[in-house]
Amino acid sequence: MQFKYKIAGGDFTNAGNASSAVKKILKQLNVDHTVSKHIVVALYEAEVNIVAHAYSGVIEVNIDKNQIHIILDDKGPGIADIDQAMEEGYSTASPQVREMGFGAGMGLANMKRNADKMLISSELGKGTKVELIHYLKPDEG
Amino acid sequence: MKAKNQDWDFHHALKVLDDVCIGCTHCMTVCPTQAIRVRDGKARIIDNRCVDCGECYKACPVSAIIVEQDDLQMINNYPVRVILVPGVLIGQFPEKIRTSKIYAALKEIGFTHIFEVENSVEMVLDAYAQFQSENSNRPLISSFCPAIIRLIQVRFPSLVDHILRAKPPIDISALYYKKRLVSEGIAAEDIGMFYVTPCAAKIAAIKSPVGEEESPVTGVINMNYLYNRILQHLKKNEEPPKADFDRLLNSKGILWSLTRGESVHSKGRALAIDGINNVTEFLEKLENDEYEDIDFLELRACDESCAGGILISGNRFLTVERLTKRAAEYESSELANPPRKNDPLMEISSESFFEKVKPRPMEKLDEDISKALRKMERKRRLMCFLPGFDCAACGAPDCQTLSEDIVQGRAQVSHCIFMQQVMMDQKKLTQEHAKKIIDSIWGNERLQKNCNKLGAEDENN
Repeated sequence: MQFKYKIAGGDFTNAGNASSAVKKILKQLNVDHTVSKHIVVALYEAEVNIVAHAYSGVIEVNIDKNQIHIILDDKGPGIADIDQAMEEGYSTASPQVREMGFGAGMGLANMKRNADKMLISSELGKGTKVELIHYLKPDEG
Repeated sequence: MKAKNQDWDFHHALKVLDDVCIGCTHCMTVCPTQAIRVRDGKARIIDNRCVDCGECYKACPVSAIIVEQDDLQMINNYPVRVILVPGVLIGQFPEKIRTSKIYAALKEIGFTHIFEVENSVEMVLDAYAQFQSENSNRPLISSFCPAIIRLIQVRFPSLVDHILRAKPPIDISALYYKKRLVSEGIAAEDIGMFYVTPCAAKIAAIKSPVGEEESPVTGVINMNYLYNRILQHLKKNEEPPKADFDRLLNSKGILWSLTRGESVHSKGRALAIDGINNVTEFLEKLENDEYEDIDFLELRACDESCAGGILISGNRFLTVERLTKRAAEYESSELANPPRKNDPLMEISSESFFEKVKPRPMEKLDEDISKALRKMERKRRLMCFLPGFDCAACGAPDCQTLSEDIVQGRAQVSHCIFMQQVMMDQKKLTQEHAKKIIDSIWGNERLQKNCNKLGAEDENN
């Protein structure tokens, strides 16, 4: 089953709406709340990343009985050095964004910690694509 | 009176009076947990979804929703009749009626001992401190408001481990005072402990406690009822004798049940939120980890906390004003911070805490994820056809809830009056059948002339 959410860059007011919607879906699917918490935390980080750094983005959530596969595809500046961006504390967020309490440089690392699998690809000047995979059955992780 | 296992028994204090209910949609559409449906022209409360917040009670235009209570007569079964009085009872009376007079009226009504519920807040604060030092979950959520505990169980199951499992003042006071009376030589079985409640949730908490085998409270008296009884006594007897009562109370206790009554004493960053919809909105975000570094949350279901309880007769803002003044008086007089007696009974113990709270999520479509996925697919497809403006004419509060009821086998697509039209156009439903469906939801006589309703010709008959 697939769900899609559009994200507007710079709209911090609505950052988190997609995560909340996905959380509701996971509750309806009776996904264990500790698993669901990891998914929602990773997704929220990713959602805020799009709002903070990109111009626009689309989140696609694919759910089947074995796994949740989330694809976040944004149009934005892209990431020059993904390894560096993965380091805790590294951030390119503007001072204004940091003042709002975002952009502490923990986003990608936190996402990776909360997901079973994370893939990132990026093209400078075009955008970034992040895939988050969570397995719903513990033995497949 | 015996409390039962929380797994299978949900006692609710809110009941619908079928002969008064006019089968409108007010209660159903305000319910924060979608726990009400209309069938046969009457509101039905779904037990495992209801959190006893009382929003339906406030919304009902004809007072068809009542709070089930114990009969005051039952106090006569006990030689020693203790009344546990929460501060908000006093707050409802005009200031010229002194506290001692109100308590004298309670004695005339038949109580032998008066104990103020918030006498135990210093013990509660000790228990809070101990729990905070032994548990690393943050924020910790106050256990004070039973409607909030139930809301977390059904809607925010991932937050149950954040509940601060120290018992609230009512439990601590009942346990303490009973022990004290026993230590003074009174037989335990002779003691009846009665609590005057400002809300329905406290009744549910006493009749079917969460995380506790049995409540130490014997019976619950409706505050609205008792308020009127007290006024009758005060009218009859202009100068009643003054009643003695334990003066363990301090200003913290007086303000405890009001908004920020707990949060001001919390170390670290604490927030106070009142109103069940405000609480829900906040917990949604908290569950996503959107808010960080909060240590303590005081969450109350009613606007202005207990001063806004559904069984409070007085205006909630005036109640807050009177209690605030009373607290200031205590603060500035010798009544302030009465020395805690060297009373071993006031030490906190394992009895001051309750067991882990079990989540009982109501949102799941099925235990089995494959089945849940199929139901969700069906639900999403149904939503493509339902009109989406939540008219509630189907007997469910909104289209999403109807779609859920349909996939769960509790309702039919044809319950939607717009879908009926489409189905009749497609010759899949007859006029007669549609009429039967409407009758089954709204009652047989619903489409007949009836001037005996609000705004109609005979509205007061």
